[in-house]
Amino acid sequence: MSLSLDDIKRVANLACIEVSETEAATALIQLSGIFGLIEQMQAVDTSAIEPMSHAQDVVQRLRDDTVTESDQRELFQSIAPKTEVGLYLVPKVIE
Amino acid sequence: MLNSSLKQLSTLLATKKISSVELTGEFLKRVKALNPDYNAFITVDEKMSLAQAQTADAMIASGQAQPLTGIPIAQKDIFCTKGWLTTCGSKMLSNFVSPYDAGVIERFNAAGAVNIGKTNMDEFAMGSSNETSFYGPVKNPWDITAVPGGSSGGSACAVAARMAPAATGTDTGGSIRQPAALCGISGIKPTYGLVSRYGMIAFASSLDQGGPMAKSAEDLALMLNVMAGFDTRDSTSLQRAPEDYARDLAGPLQGLRIGLPKEYFVAGMSADVARAVEAAIAEYRKLGAETVEVSLPNTKLSIPVYYVLAPAEASSNLSRFDGVRYGYRAPEYTDLNDMYQKSRAQGFGAEVKRRILIGTYVLSHGYYDAYYIQAQKLRRLIAQDFAAAFAQCDIIMGPTTPTVAFALGEKSSNPVQMYLSDTYTIATNLAGLPGMSIPAGFGDNNRPVGLHIIGNYFAEAQMLNVAHQYQQVTDWHIRMPDKLIA
Repeated sequence: MSLSLDDIKRVANLACIEVSETEAATALIQLSGIFGLIEQMQAVDTSAIEPMSHAQDVVQRLRDDTVTESDQRELFQSIAPKTEVGLYLVPKVIE
Repeated sequence: MLNSSLKQLSTLLATKKISSVELTGEFLKRVKALNPDYNAFITVDEKMSLAQAQTADAMIASGQAQPLTGIPIAQKDIFCTKGWLTTCGSKMLSNFVSPYDAGVIERFNAAGAVNIGKTNMDEFAMGSSNETSFYGPVKNPWDITAVPGGSSGGSACAVAARMAPAATGTDTGGSIRQPAALCGISGIKPTYGLVSRYGMIAFASSLDQGGPMAKSAEDLALMLNVMAGFDTRDSTSLQRAPEDYARDLAGPLQGLRIGLPKEYFVAGMSADVARAVEAAIAEYRKLGAETVEVSLPNTKLSIPVYYVLAPAEASSNLSRFDGVRYGYRAPEYTDLNDMYQKSRAQGFGAEVKRRILIGTYVLSHGYYDAYYIQAQKLRRLIAQDFAAAFAQCDIIMGPTTPTVAFALGEKSSNPVQMYLSDTYTIATNLAGLPGMSIPAGFGDNNRPVGLHIIGNYFAEAQMLNVAHQYQQVTDWHIRMPDKLIA
């Protein structure tokens, strides 16, 4: 598999990270090296193996559907970049 | 006092030989003197530390002291700490004063421990040298031209330079054990699920695990007694009865079967590290242990598997940093999407962006099965290797790292070379097993070597026993750099 400059730009766009032409070119070289390492995985036949996401045989815990948190809006918004009357401010989305 | 164990410090406090305010003041003085050279701490707040020390003194006076009450502990800057700047080593969180405490911090507070400061780390715990920190690299106390390891490099340095008696770390692929090894201290990554991840800023959630870093195994046991425990707010926290991790420290090692993976003792390990590790194993034989050769045939796949799974999970976890609710927002932008793109481009460093790109790619349409699912399948093979090995032995040993600490700048421009320095530690995270590193002598340029001890699931008390017995007959763990002896 070989990565292209377009792949890098597409992925950067999906990840919402602005990249310049120079950054994309550097990323291409470095990611190609890393994928060279990752490609070693493809040599193993894993058709009979189940994927593993957790080492222990556990199931997702459920809890009662009750309120556990109190309202701390003022505290949480005190560290926000921009707020107004209890709302987080972002640039206008709908014209 | 600098070399005192946690138990000794606790006795000094209990017998009123010293107050927590005085003890905390002593360590703060040392941080003030040494930190400009070593950069182990991102945030030090004397006022807040001393206020906690006063609370601790009150606890002691009223007979409510616990083993860590009044003892200063350095906290990795990945643990959200109410009222403290919590940066995770990133520009993205350079203005983030946490509005809440992580589960681990709550437990230290309840135990009456004193937070002596927030330690430097690789940005979002992504790195093996502490060079990716927005706050600059940490220096290795044994040699200021060498890296301390990472990502918990600040914590390792703080303990090694005796700026704190103990510290917390987190370990996703070796981030407690590798810096512990390179700085000549002890550190343990517990079984996945023992230590709460609530409020521990997420890197790769299926691998991240908090743990203690300290001078000795005995100190680690006392720290783990505070850190481990069920937390409903972490969906992967394991519901188990509380344990005393110090309960087995004194047990003899007669008949202990140590597995030596043949794959760990072939190519890759440098001669100086091999010498120290072999000498440590010889010491274990003298203590009555026997050694058996075991095999972990899929060892070489650990790094490729890790560099799919960890970036994939990271790309998802780090999507929350959008410049809206907290953290960095770019000063100029045209629209909402541009705000996201610029905030993330400016707020994240190069290594973090690299991993987000890898993760986004392997999770993107058409590649998911070939990368993510394949990696999860291989992860099972790696875990099965360990299960087979533990049928033949009680504990596994080898080197923590292939070489002693490398030079600052040596690998920072070559990500693949950097990743390979975690070659021995990553497999235990993939399998969810506990792993630890203890000092086992010195290699080239008088830089420390770490002995890696891997246990079966929930075998922390046994591993601490194994480490403690070695530390009864050796003194590597209490050595400190000559120039730092006050």
